[in-house]
Amino acid sequence: MTIESSKRVELVCPAGSLPALKAAVDCGADAVYMGFRDATNARNFPGLNFDEGSAAKGIEYAHQRGVKVLLALNTFPQPESWERGTRAVDQAAGLGVDALIMADPGLLRYAATRHPELRLHLSVQGSATSYEAINFYRRQFGVQRAVLPRVLSFSQVARLVANTEVEIEVFGFGSLCVMVEGRCALSSYATGESPNTCGACSPAKAVRWEEDTEGRRSRLNGVLIDSYKPGESAGYPVLCKGRFEVNGRVDYAIEEPTSLSLLDHLPELLKAGVKALKVEGRQRSPAYVRQVTTVMRSALDACLANPDNYTPQAAWTAQLDRVAEGSTHTLGALDRAWQ
Amino acid sequence: MKLALGPLLYFWPREQVEHFYRRVADLPVDVVYLGETVCSKRRFLTRADWLRLAEWLAEAGKEVYLSTLTLMESESELRTMRKLVGNGTYPVEANDMAAVSVAAEAGVPFVAGPHLHTYNQETLDLLASLGARRWVMPLELSAETLEQMQQRRPAGLETELFVYGRMPLAFSARCFTARNRDLPKDDCRLCCGDYPDGLPLGTQEGERFLTLNGIQTQSGRVCNLLTELPRIGKLGVDVVRISPDSRHSEAVIRAFHEVMTGEVSAEVAQQRLDETTGEIYCNGYWFGEPGMATVAKQ
Repeated sequence: MTIESSKRVELVCPAGSLPALKAAVDCGADAVYMGFRDATNARNFPGLNFDEGSAAKGIEYAHQRGVKVLLALNTFPQPESWERGTRAVDQAAGLGVDALIMADPGLLRYAATRHPELRLHLSVQGSATSYEAINFYRRQFGVQRAVLPRVLSFSQVARLVANTEVEIEVFGFGSLCVMVEGRCALSSYATGESPNTCGACSPAKAVRWEEDTEGRRSRLNGVLIDSYKPGESAGYPVLCKGRFEVNGRVDYAIEEPTSLSLLDHLPELLKAGVKALKVEGRQRSPAYVRQVTTVMRSALDACLANPDNYTPQAAWTAQLDRVAEGSTHTLGALDRAWQ
Repeated sequence: MKLALGPLLYFWPREQVEHFYRRVADLPVDVVYLGETVCSKRRFLTRADWLRLAEWLAEAGKEVYLSTLTLMESESELRTMRKLVGNGTYPVEANDMAAVSVAAEAGVPFVAGPHLHTYNQETLDLLASLGARRWVMPLELSAETLEQMQQRRPAGLETELFVYGRMPLAFSARCFTARNRDLPKDDCRLCCGDYPDGLPLGTQEGERFLTLNGIQTQSGRVCNLLTELPRIGKLGVDVVRISPDSRHSEAVIRAFHEVMTGEVSAEVAQQRLDETTGEIYCNGYWFGEPGMATVAKQ
């Protein structure tokens, strides 16, 4: 592997707010991604995201420092929200973002037709897990990059990259979706809102905490997600990361609260031909963005400089684990044993 | 309105599958979807076996579709899908854009399955232009959204609605059944075969919440829109889908058929079905509520 070819690996960092965007830009992101303050993106959380004014400011800040801005419009508009979707595409084009990250086939067609000059990325929410699917989006809409759902192993990623001219972006760090992104309706089953329809998973307004002498319990629209003994640390009740009873055993039946981290495996990703590494966490604080961007920048630079002798520093791992969900990390589906 | 039997989502022994479809041949369903849509490791039936079943059901007068795998990861899964789409006789249910792509290029008519992202009329237009003859509404959409989708549906495109069964809500790279049995996925010993109607997942308070079915996660409750059939008909739905299970499919098919032909009122049919199945039903998605909710008839 030559350093020249791998230099093109982009570090893509989350910007849930203007301070987070600035943190990512200042700490070495090659690109940041943001969303509008509504249901047009998959992190539609209270107090998060950008209106047109703050988006313009963020774009200016990033562009002045040579950092790209990607805008996520990655929910699936329904007939009553269709116009909001197309307006968001037009707004983003007007703002001069470097690319749109989109998932809905209808909206992709709209963007490709109305704004042919605009670069399009296929969101992870598009659920494209094979080159056959990704090449379809390329042919139909001219998509130039695809973000892979977190379901493939290293060898499957490498094979996919070899069979498409579309650039491939993978998640490098952050909260882990155990389900195929875009193909999970668990949240709407329990709460009425899902990432696909509303841009929200396990929304805060459906969360209720109960506390008594036996400890704490978290509920999502009444459904008991987890219970904690007094003193036991408790996490946000994402419904797939609760403890449930299956076959008489109470356990994390779907997934533990843990983060994805590919820090230890950057050379494999570069070798596979991955073009961009994404950090998850638009819902996290500017401090998180600062920490993760700094570590991932150092790690990526070290790996690009000398991929054959890359070893992650213990301090990097420790810094990332401190901000990781559950304070632990996993390779997710890239590691067959996890599956 | 036609009655359809969706693809079998569980992993049954070959004899049970063949016995099941032998019964189906005599039951009042018009449309049958065949094939493995969940996990490529489930291979008790070969492609030739499925094609034989297809032929058999077609001879019994059923409209037969071959359903493709929903989550495609490996080259061998793509190869299997291409062969399925290129079978030369039967149209397919495409459950992933990879299958849509292959079907469109080969000019094979297809049904756009419930796991494609068909959330608006523009996507319907796109799918119709690629050769879709029918679309299945995503499970989480409501009657109100369906009504709006129907208003500008492309000419000739049929609409199908999931009306009965545990809802397939999520797919993963991970096998949750194997995880519960402490088995690695690569050595899963096909343990999902031990649960002919999936493995119940309950809360710590004993409430049935979800159902584990290998890499697929289903609703804990059974979706049932039997008493909504009159409204479904008025909305111009062409096909209603029942998802197979190991115990009650025949009673469910008969109940829907009797209501659709007007032999029995929906209320009476529902009462009989309650006695037969003893299930806790949900219908929340249809009414724009959380999917697990049970909304009284409005």
